[in-house]
Amino acid sequence: MLKFASTRLLSAIPTLFIVSVAVFGLIRLIPGDPASLMLGDLADADALAAARKTMGLDQPVPVQFLIWLGNVVQGDLGRSVLNGQPVLDLVLHRFATSAQMVLIAVGLSVLIAVPLGMAAAWRQNGGLDLTIVALSTLLLSVPTFWLGLMILLAFGLKLGWLPVLGYVSIADNPVAGLIYLVMPVLTLVLHEVGIIVRMARASTLDVLRLDYITHARAKGMSESAVLLHHAARNAFGPTWTLIGLILGNLLGGVAVVETVFTIPGLGRLIVDSIYARDYAVVQGCLLFVALTYLLVNLVVDLLYPLFDPRVTAE
Amino acid sequence: MSQSLVEVDGLSLAVGGPSGHHIVRNVSFHVQPGEIVGIVGESGSGKTMVARSLMRLQPPAIVVSAGDIRFEGRSVLTMTGKALRAVRGARLGMVFQEPMTSLNPSMTIGRQLEEPLKLQARLDAAARRAHILDILRRVGIRDPEGALVAFPHQFSGGMRQRIMLASAMLLKPSLLIADEPTTALDALVQREVLELMLDMVRSEKTALLMISHDLPMVARYCDRIIVMRQGEVVEQGPVAEIISRPGHDYTRELLQSMPVRGPLRSVDPAAKPVMEVRGLEVEYRAKAGLLAPKTMKKALHGIDLAVRPGEIVALVGASGSGKTTLGRAIAGLVDASAGRIFFAGEEVKPDSQAWRHYRLNCQMIFQDPFGSLDPRMKIREIVGEALRHDQQASRAEKEQRVRGILEEVGLDERYLNRYPHELSGGQRQRVAIARAVVGRPQFVIADEAVSALDVTVRAKVLQLLADLQRRYGFSCLFISHDLGVVEQLADRVVVMRDGAIVEQGNRDAVFDTPQSDYTRALLSAIPTLTRTETGVSLAWRFANSGEAGASEAPAKALQ
Amino acid sequence: MKRHQPNRIIGGALLSCFLGAALVGRFWTPYDPMRLDLRSKLQAPGAAHWLGTDEFGRDVLSRLMAAAGTSVSISLITVFFAVLGGVTLGVIAGYARGWTDRIVMALNDALLAFPSMLLALALLSVTGANMYGIILALGMAYTPAMVRVVRGSVLSLREREFIEASRLMGNSAAYTMFRHILPNSLGPVIVLATSMFGSVLLTESALSFLGLGVPPPAPTWGNMLASARPHIAEAMWLGIFPGLCISLSLLGINLFGDAIRDRFDPRMRGL
Repeated sequence: MLKFASTRLLSAIPTLFIVSVAVFGLIRLIPGDPASLMLGDLADADALAAARKTMGLDQPVPVQFLIWLGNVVQGDLGRSVLNGQPVLDLVLHRFATSAQMVLIAVGLSVLIAVPLGMAAAWRQNGGLDLTIVALSTLLLSVPTFWLGLMILLAFGLKLGWLPVLGYVSIADNPVAGLIYLVMPVLTLVLHEVGIIVRMARASTLDVLRLDYITHARAKGMSESAVLLHHAARNAFGPTWTLIGLILGNLLGGVAVVETVFTIPGLGRLIVDSIYARDYAVVQGCLLFVALTYLLVNLVVDLLYPLFDPRVTAE
Repeated sequence: MSQSLVEVDGLSLAVGGPSGHHIVRNVSFHVQPGEIVGIVGESGSGKTMVARSLMRLQPPAIVVSAGDIRFEGRSVLTMTGKALRAVRGARLGMVFQEPMTSLNPSMTIGRQLEEPLKLQARLDAAARRAHILDILRRVGIRDPEGALVAFPHQFSGGMRQRIMLASAMLLKPSLLIADEPTTALDALVQREVLELMLDMVRSEKTALLMISHDLPMVARYCDRIIVMRQGEVVEQGPVAEIISRPGHDYTRELLQSMPVRGPLRSVDPAAKPVMEVRGLEVEYRAKAGLLAPKTMKKALHGIDLAVRPGEIVALVGASGSGKTTLGRAIAGLVDASAGRIFFAGEEVKPDSQAWRHYRLNCQMIFQDPFGSLDPRMKIREIVGEALRHDQQASRAEKEQRVRGILEEVGLDERYLNRYPHELSGGQRQRVAIARAVVGRPQFVIADEAVSALDVTVRAKVLQLLADLQRRYGFSCLFISHDLGVVEQLADRVVVMRDGAIVEQGNRDAVFDTPQSDYTRALLSAIPTLTRTETGVSLAWRFANSGEAGASEAPAKALQ
Repeated sequence: MKRHQPNRIIGGALLSCFLGAALVGRFWTPYDPMRLDLRSKLQAPGAAHWLGTDEFGRDVLSRLMAAAGTSVSISLITVFFAVLGGVTLGVIAGYARGWTDRIVMALNDALLAFPSMLLALALLSVTGANMYGIILALGMAYTPAMVRVVRGSVLSLREREFIEASRLMGNSAAYTMFRHILPNSLGPVIVLATSMFGSVLLTESALSFLGLGVPPPAPTWGNMLASARPHIAEAMWLGIFPGLCISLSLLGINLFGDAIRDRFDPRMRGL
């Protein structure tokens, strides 16, 4: 187990390195002087000269990278051109907003989708199965930004049950915060359920075919015990990996939902910064999301042996 | 006669509803308490589905369309879910074929064994534990306490099959159903596990229904045999009778298909070898952690081997003995780390001129008839490809040779434009043989070439191989774990173990007077067969020396 | 097997509607999709304008048809580049192994370490939001997955016995690659390309919705939705029809993709 964990941790290091090179290099690919890109068009000559010096622009590129990396490690991601705020503070603040929405949505999706997927697999080709498969394929095909818009139209504008514009943080006002979260979370849940149901169904089907399920039945266990004690845990492995991927993908993909419901989250920050050519923020967001994605997948992998102890063996 | 334990009466099974395709038709048999009965059949005989339907464990798509199954006088088919569950596990136990998938990978052995006890017996936790430890000890698990908290993947296949046996026998059922219980295991382990199973059912007075494709094995351990073919019972009766006086043509064919010792070819012992290896070694990198220094492990230790013109040399050994690696190293599929290969007296090295000559003159037949043919090519193209590098022959000549060789292996023109998936396993292996010999190679390596085939098909393919060898006179290195087949075909036998040769010699010498205990143990797992006028008679070699093999068996305990 | 029949039929029908609309939209639309007509702005669906008009009086149906063409072109070209790049790099990595493989795969894995939507956003910030920028960004974002699948398929095929048999017949490595390995990798490539077509379409629409896609006034389903947002209360149709187009096209692709996947590889169900 220890060996498995350490091998997995070590294997993340090269990826980490390449990711940071990629994020550094990407911004350098933009035509123009990096210093003026970072400081914006309105910066005066002195500030530019100072920035060129601190960024080491007179040095060779590898040195510039090391300087940048050194700053990053110390938590210095630069400052936003628009409001002068430190990028790290901005990113963390926005991330908290996105993360609470995403985590609630994915958590709910798993709670709904996994039992549905297993039930569909248990009665494969039955009426329930066909309904679940058809519904999940349908949900999967509806883009979140349109689904969100339709939910907004129905519950916010036509029925007037929920507030259409604005956002209140849960930390400031828990009740109002939750109310503002209902529609975006519902949008995300409907979409993710479609994806997770299909995976849970497929992996349960694979497991139900195996001899140890028949063995469990041969021991005289009831169908529900077979499904819960033997099938569920083994079938959850692939779904677990998928959850990691979904969490990571939502960090980028949540921008559309945040746009629909005007939520000041991380996704919106990235898009706005690209609009505003606020490259320090773009760079900071990219790095932050990539690292979070790596971290989430690392944690998912490290917990995987809970569902399948075989992976720790070589 | 007392009441039967199991009575199967006119059972028919169909796929996808009672009017669907029937896979089992009108099967009737019975099992008496404490009796040991074998169902023998080839693939597609329906034997597994019959066995599973006794516990109503057949896949949901397969339904009983007619007949009845009675267990201890009660119909299994009409039982309620609750009554059925009370019978399963407690009165009926089952051992599956594949030890790798029949235990839940994410649950400890202890918990898996505890489940039926919790369901069926009124015992407290301590009594359950004691009972489980006791049965684990009885099936020969060396560290039962450790096994309780271990996961299945930490055990070897043989050990897992012992654990399966423990699980099935935990509640002392009155019938144990064993579906190909040892087919996935090595010969030595196979015998140990079987004998353990027999000991246990005998001492518990449990009846045993053993499903197998292996007629000699069933004949050895069972009181009665039921022979099935294509969903029907063709014949049943006491072992001795069926074997010596079979009443049905199919049973006779099965018995005729059992390998018997064939005549030796006349090979000039002084002839220069066609192929010779000296001091051949193969190393592979042992799996190690990211930080551990890389270590090399030897798969072959300095092998010397020669094959003379027209000779069939068999390479035998358990899995992991290195026999396949040796074959692949000789073929050039695996790089040798040391040693030399000579072909027709000349040393062959990769990229040399001699290598090119060798490459076209040394062909191979693989084990898996599903994997060795390109699924996207027609049979004509598959065989024709082997002539691609023949510069002398014209297109028309090549085409003629492809048709000719296919005819020789028993596939007429209709097969030329078919794809591999449209052929049966036996037909595919015929194509593989045709491809290997169409270029008239001097040397053919056959790696478990008939192991994946059914008994009757295997006999025909073996015969074909022998015929082709006689016609074209190629030498052959025949790699097999199946000593019966080797006895029929080989002129010389080489026994391998742990990457080294433990014994080699003339076929008769090795089979009749083996020099090493290991060879003796391997041989004692298979019968000697003699054909009688109507059937065959089976006898067992070295009847008293089985223990020598058992103690040497490479059964791995907890790692 | 029978169960997949409706999948193929419904999926195929939706997909042909979508592709047909795109093709027709290239050459003919009921109205000029770009022509402003402020007198007839925000008209509800009716006889003159079947699907209504937008806030500038442009015909919604015409714009939807034109947008279908844009989306299909972008998605097809992107998938084409992803397949081309993915097969080339995947074959090189899987075939050469050793250091070439390690370097290609390390870079590939780093690209895969970014969620594809984010990667597309990042690349767009470099290339700029125009047709070529979008194709370049989406192509780079989606190629790594194809590289991974092709390489995996090449590696696993290399171990198959019919590949060894080809070596034993004296065939060169290049011949074996083109005659045996590539044709057998085709299944996974087609399966992935189909689902990728859907993903690219979705991502392209999402980018347009965010204002980072093909710039207005050229219509895309995404930017039509984005500009409909302020008017959605009084002009519902503006919000409904573009979304319906995206959803039905994706449904068609998904259903059709399922049918293809079941045909090529029943083991990949549900991924």
